Amino acid sequence: VIAPDIVPAGTNSMKLAGFLLLPAGLLLVASALILLAADGPRATFVFAGIGVEILGLVLVARAHLADTETRE
Amino acid sequence: MTPNSAPALSDLATGLCIVFILLVPFAAAGLALINTGLGRSRSAAHAILASLIVVSVAAVVYFVCGFSLQGVAGGAAHSIALRGDGWNLIAAQPWFLRGLKLGGSPASLEVWLGLLSVGIAAIIPLGSAGDRWRLDACCVSTALFAAIIYPIFAHWVWGGGWLAQLGTFYGLGRGFEDAGGTATIHVVGGLAALSIAWILGPRRGKYAADGMPAAIPGHNVVYIVFGCILALVGWCGLNAAGAILYAGVAAQSSVLIMLNTTLSAASAMIAALVLTRTRFGKPDASLCANGWVGGLVASSAAAPFLPPAAAVLVGLVAGVIVPLSVEWLDLHLAVDDPGGAISVHAAAGLWGVLALGMFARFPDAAQAGATGAGRQWLAQIVGIAALLGFVFPLTYALNWLLNRYVPQRVAREGERQGLDLYELGAGAYPEFLTHSDDFLQR
Repeated sequence: VIAPDIVPAGTNSMKLAGFLLLPAGLLLVASALILLAADGPRATFVFAGIGVEILGLVLVARAHLADTETRE
Repeated sequence: MTPNSAPALSDLATGLCIVFILLVPFAAAGLALINTGLGRSRSAAHAILASLIVVSVAAVVYFVCGFSLQGVAGGAAHSIALRGDGWNLIAAQPWFLRGLKLGGSPASLEVWLGLLSVGIAAIIPLGSAGDRWRLDACCVSTALFAAIIYPIFAHWVWGGGWLAQLGTFYGLGRGFEDAGGTATIHVVGGLAALSIAWILGPRRGKYAADGMPAAIPGHNVVYIVFGCILALVGWCGLNAAGAILYAGVAAQSSVLIMLNTTLSAASAMIAALVLTRTRFGKPDASLCANGWVGGLVASSAAAPFLPPAAAVLVGLVAGVIVPLSVEWLDLHLAVDDPGGAISVHAAAGLWGVLALGMFARFPDAAQAGATGAGRQWLAQIVGIAALLGFVFPLTYALNWLLNRYVPQRVAREGERQGLDLYELGAGAYPEFLTHSDDFLQR
């Protein structure tokens, strides 16, 4: 018997937002490669993409932390 | 579709590759022993059997359809044109290895190495899911991993995909480089381990009501340390074979590769030893072992391209990252990872990918034709973006969906009883007395 998940709705939307930010960051990186030729702006946008991904990871991690606290 | 041709290997390189690939199963054996030793005694048989099962499932699925998506550099593939550049996204080889000449060609050696590499990657999540992952769910999850997740990223890196083309299209050094599989095997496996750990949740009794984690030590340090030694042998084979097949490194560089692999592991272990001794007053055996494997993982990408002193530095940093990451995940993020798989494979692996961009020195012959050698670091960062922005969400989504139809976590009774008795009907150590507190309801 698997215990049903008792998860506040807010954590699910936070998790979803985090998981949407991850591919969004990759799209930013890919766009920088395709659209920008100069080294400086391209590197800046690549780092911006990585920053968006890190933000997504933070949201996902916070949502899971809240889930764990609810379970315990 | 983009057709091309794979470069041929000399007889010496082919012979050495066969020997090196024969060593690779030791890496899987080492990881299996480490995961088993770091788990509870009442789940030991389950842990070691699950390792053998995931290697088997991964190999068969990879044979059926995985390789058809990974392909080889220059093989048939699907691309999309973006501003004149054809982004190679996925291979288009026939299923069941049809049409492939298996007579010692580079492609046939890549299939053999891929068959073993996907098994190693699939073992990694077992480390984070210890003591609570149902065997049938584990098999289905591994099948998805070997059929979809691993082959797609392996195609991007080793099959001539868009990450490998970054040098040609955008002048980013040699394109994303990963000779021994730091990203393709370990970070991909480590991100799968994180997904599974989050989906399963922590073991019962791991966290108190106030959020403080309980220490649940591994049951057999001897397995763990012996696994580390076995892993070194396997890693030497993996790094050397990968360098020859995927990075076009000369067979004579094998000595440098093995030297760097060993130095990285040794320095990582020493760093973990000093760190744990300083922080806790005594060295921590499991964290030292994790540091050793973290050094191996970090060495894989760049072993053929590093001077030995840089390999020591790469290992030292990996040996610091791993124990700190284990503690951070456990204390601050409530991620229960009994085998330290996320820290060892994902965290140290990401460092290894970056380290290649920072320290690699490419031989002149291999460098010929590549432009923008100074921008190699940017190619490595783009690879990290692909891992975090594509591999991780895809892995999580597939396992989340699977969890809806095949619940991945064992029932409460199974956790209390131990997976050996609950799922296999027999324990790993039937003649040993079981500690009574193992059966206390937490």
